[in-house]
Amino acid sequence: MMNVEFTLNGIIRRFDVEPNQLLLNLLRENLYMTGTKYGCGIGECGACTVLVDGEPVLSCLTLVVDVDGRNVETIEGLAEGDDLDVIQQAYLEEGAVQCGFCTPGFIMTTKALLKENPNPTEEEIREYLKGNYCRCTGYVNIIKAVKKAAEK
Amino acid sequence: MYVNKQNTHIMPSQFEYHAPTSLESAVELLSKYGEKASLLAGGTDLLIQMKQRLIEPKHVINIKKIKEMIGVEENEDKIRIGAATSFRTIERSKIVQAKLPLLHEAVTSIGSVQIRNMATIGGNLCNANPCADSATPLLALDSEARIFGPEGARTIPLEKFFLGPLKTALGPSEMLVEVLVPPLAEDAGTSFQKIGWTSFDISTINMAVVLRMEGEAVNDCRIALGACAPTPIRLHSVEDFLKGKPLTSEVLEEAKNILSEHITPRKRWRRAPAGYRRATSRAMFRDALETAIKRIERRRE
Repeated sequence: MMNVEFTLNGIIRRFDVEPNQLLLNLLRENLYMTGTKYGCGIGECGACTVLVDGEPVLSCLTLVVDVDGRNVETIEGLAEGDDLDVIQQAYLEEGAVQCGFCTPGFIMTTKALLKENPNPTEEEIREYLKGNYCRCTGYVNIIKAVKKAAEK
Repeated sequence: MYVNKQNTHIMPSQFEYHAPTSLESAVELLSKYGEKASLLAGGTDLLIQMKQRLIEPKHVINIKKIKEMIGVEENEDKIRIGAATSFRTIERSKIVQAKLPLLHEAVTSIGSVQIRNMATIGGNLCNANPCADSATPLLALDSEARIFGPEGARTIPLEKFFLGPLKTALGPSEMLVEVLVPPLAEDAGTSFQKIGWTSFDISTINMAVVLRMEGEAVNDCRIALGACAPTPIRLHSVEDFLKGKPLTSEVLEEAKNILSEHITPRKRWRRAPAGYRRATSRAMFRDALETAIKRIERRRE
């Protein structure tokens, strides 16, 4: 067991973990934060995207020991009580969610995109989000939602 | 016992984790544990291989805490890129954008934002996959690899770094510390070309070209080709052929024929057969030269 300390959605947390524990599994199975999803497990689908030090990374390919001392943000950290984040609200309003499985990953990647580039073009949105797969929406409404969130 | 090797939900193997903060202690760990150890940088290849039980290291050595292995710097006549620098950091580097546009173009084309945030240039090179997208631009730019081991540091041309599929010139306890890249000449034009199943996917073929013209004739041309031989390769015979010649359609046709000779099939081609690679690399070469020439003109203006 190793002792790891990192900031999770603004709160400093300490955990004793085995070195082979994945960040995704710590979130989902130990903390019951099931917003972040397990999709492919090999870095292709983006469903497990979380932000580490503000940058989108894949939590299914990240060891918990590797985020020691860093700042991790998940979908659970976005809304304040019942007040949704502007990105969540935009996804809701634009119907950018169908089955919803990919949505947390999309929203976390969108958050990083808009922080870096507050007014992205459609091409820039598609390029930035290409590591997130959606099998329902056909992406059109997702692009609309990102644009709407950027306007706010 | 039946083991489902496609289950990538968990990391099945147990290992001891090390996070050295100096090159010396990393090499000490490598010497101590030998083949039982694997270096962890971005993890986008290593952890997948471990999940699929292709490798089961007993010791994982995280090298991202070694400060000198991360970052892009300009020293005198070379640009040095730490081996544990993520593709995203390279992509955002003002030095790379201004002085190594070829590397910038290649790195930006890799995977997704998430992958580029994690994956490192050293990991891409040390895996020695023939299709590594950072290898071809670095080869065309005449880069060098600085290696550190129990006997100290040594520097070799990157071309001598790749020995075969998944095989590098690294000794058992050695590690790649940084790549050294000469900045691009003012009058040179470059182009990186790649083709894959999707824009997100690994390259089926990639190619990097550095071109300098003198009037209508080729002054200096450096070409690197990926995923068409057991390693990423430089096409010296094509380069020598083109030197001093104008780029007429006859010359280009002959250059493409020489290029085709370099395509040496592996036992098992993944993604595309040899015939596809031969035909496509010819077209890519033409596109690469055209783009490079346009960029030379643009730089002149």
